[in-house]
Amino acid sequence: MGFFQTKRNLRNNIHHGWMLICLVLVILMPLIIGLGLYYKSYPILSTHSLAELLFSSSWHPQSNKFGLLPFILSSLWVTLISLIISAPICLLTAIHLTQYARKWVLRLMHPVIDILAGIPSVIFGVWGILIIVPFVSNVVGPLFNKHLSGFSILSGSLVLSVMIIPFILNILIEVFRSLPTELTEAALSVGASKWQTVKYVLVKKAFPGIISAFGLGLSRAFGETIAVLMVVGNVTRIPTGVFQPGYPLPALIANNYGEMMSIPQYDSILMFSALVLFVIVTLFNLASRIAIVQVEKHH
Amino acid sequence: MDTPVKIDIKDLNLFIGKNHILKDINVTIPEKKITVLLGQSGCGKTTLLKSMNRLIDLNNQVRVSGSITIDNEDILHTRKDITKIRKKMGLLSQRPYPLPMNIYNNIAFGLRISGRKNRINLDKRVERYLRQAHLWDEAKDRLRDSASSLSIGQQQRLCLARGLAVDPVIILADEPTSALDPISSMAIEQMFTELKQSYTIVLVTHILQQALRVADYVIFMYLGEVIEQGPAHEVFTNPKNVVTRQFIQGNFS
Ligand SMILES: Nc1ncnc2c1ncn2[C@@H]1O[C@H](COP(=O)(O)OP(=O)(O)OP(=O)(O)O)[C@@H](O)[C@H]1O
Ligand SMILES: [Mg+2]
Repeated sequence: MGFFQTKRNLRNNIHHGWMLICLVLVILMPLIIGLGLYYKSYPILSTHSLAELLFSSSWHPQSNKFGLLPFILSSLWVTLISLIISAPICLLTAIHLTQYARKWVLRLMHPVIDILAGIPSVIFGVWGILIIVPFVSNVVGPLFNKHLSGFSILSGSLVLSVMIIPFILNILIEVFRSLPTELTEAALSVGASKWQTVKYVLVKKAFPGIISAFGLGLSRAFGETIAVLMVVGNVTRIPTGVFQPGYPLPALIANNYGEMMSIPQYDSILMFSALVLFVIVTLFNLASRIAIVQVEKHH
Repeated sequence: MDTPVKIDIKDLNLFIGKNHILKDINVTIPEKKITVLLGQSGCGKTTLLKSMNRLIDLNNQVRVSGSITIDNEDILHTRKDITKIRKKMGLLSQRPYPLPMNIYNNIAFGLRISGRKNRINLDKRVERYLRQAHLWDEAKDRLRDSASSLSIGQQQRLCLARGLAVDPVIILADEPTSALDPISSMAIEQMFTELKQSYTIVLVTHILQQALRVADYVIFMYLGEVIEQGPAHEVFTNPKNVVTRQFIQGNFS
């Protein structure tokens, strides 16, 4: 009796121990990754100033010049434009699906969104090369009287926006579905039309959720690699317009890691790029969470 | 009935999908009186209430037949703008749902969207309705604060003021005190007895004591049907239906 009792306690304790270890591991994971990247980028940080690495636009690894600005700016361009394209689409779609459409439409849309979300990014890349790049080159170019190859910030943004739409849309649908019906009823009962209800009441109530959906979409977009890399052109220059090619950070790392390692410190600058990527994505995430908290406090 | 009829419901049947929720409802609701809707949970009280201001339209599985006549107009089948019909009725729900804006704007919202934008006029009206809902003294120094910073009881009074602000003639209240403490509940009840001077009030409750305190007229529902209706003192002292009698006695024993 006593023996079994102890054994069970022991087993309980062991289970408990394992769970705790797993939990701690998951919590520590970001920290471990961050520290690893920092450790690996230490060589470059000890010979170049942070400001030089981040804000210099001269990228000549052979002559020991490692300015990441063109890559950082390319990333920001591609990401922001993809959000500008996808945000209104997602918002209007989510409002339509949750407020106007019949229930079966939403039921139908759920698997469609999931399928879209599950498509591997390399397929989006191929699709981008086959459809988007020629579209930008043959349709958008002539529209602006320009000869474009099509490999550009715009193509990257278009592909990226399609990729993040299911992601943002899923969150937004949840956000709008979680609003209480009584709120709609309250607004309607004081004489608001359906659209006034949506515009002045529901969107306002959902605002923290909307911010977080966009913020999480943004961080998702910022880190996306393969699909963007395939259509964005990968030219090291600070882009000054959407028709120009760009070279986002993730593409830099993916294209070059394992190659050209004979150049001194090349390995280290790539690790530092990864660290920058990591920090920026984390900041996006944090910012969207802080935004939620702030807005919720306000309401 | 000796008083004029405000709402006249005839042969109302309502289905949600295949479920027959309201069955052959025939009731009359007198003007400027408190009519209490009683009945056990799930019998269709909320659904009946929402039929009166067409909030049932939100559910596209709902089918209705029959008529609901308010001021000589069948509001179920009218071609008129239904926001106009809804504005005739202030709504108070089970729990308060203030709009996501400040206290002032919660009341001004309905006024603004119906075109009253004059600032001085708005200020006056906001004050008047807050006073009418007995919230002015507590809220006058914090009109710019978010409505959710009020206590639940205060929020419910705010929702009442919000409903009054669009000049309704009817107040529909669905268990408006169920989330409130006894004192706040009494405050709302007290207000209703004041408001019936100028408004027709339909109050859903399943607190019999509350019904006894405020009802002028009672409608008793059971499984989607109206099984008894009449002046409160008659129904309470001499219920004709077995279920009504059981309900009333059960609540006393
Ligand atoms: N959206 C809906 N879809 C399907 N059935 C519904 C819906 N809303 C209400 N019902 C059904 O209609 C019936 C009446 O519901 P209702 O909410 O009107 O009851 P109630 O008398 O207000 O109950 P309670 O006292 O619990 O509030 C119930 O059987 C309920 O299950
Ligand atoms: Mg109810």
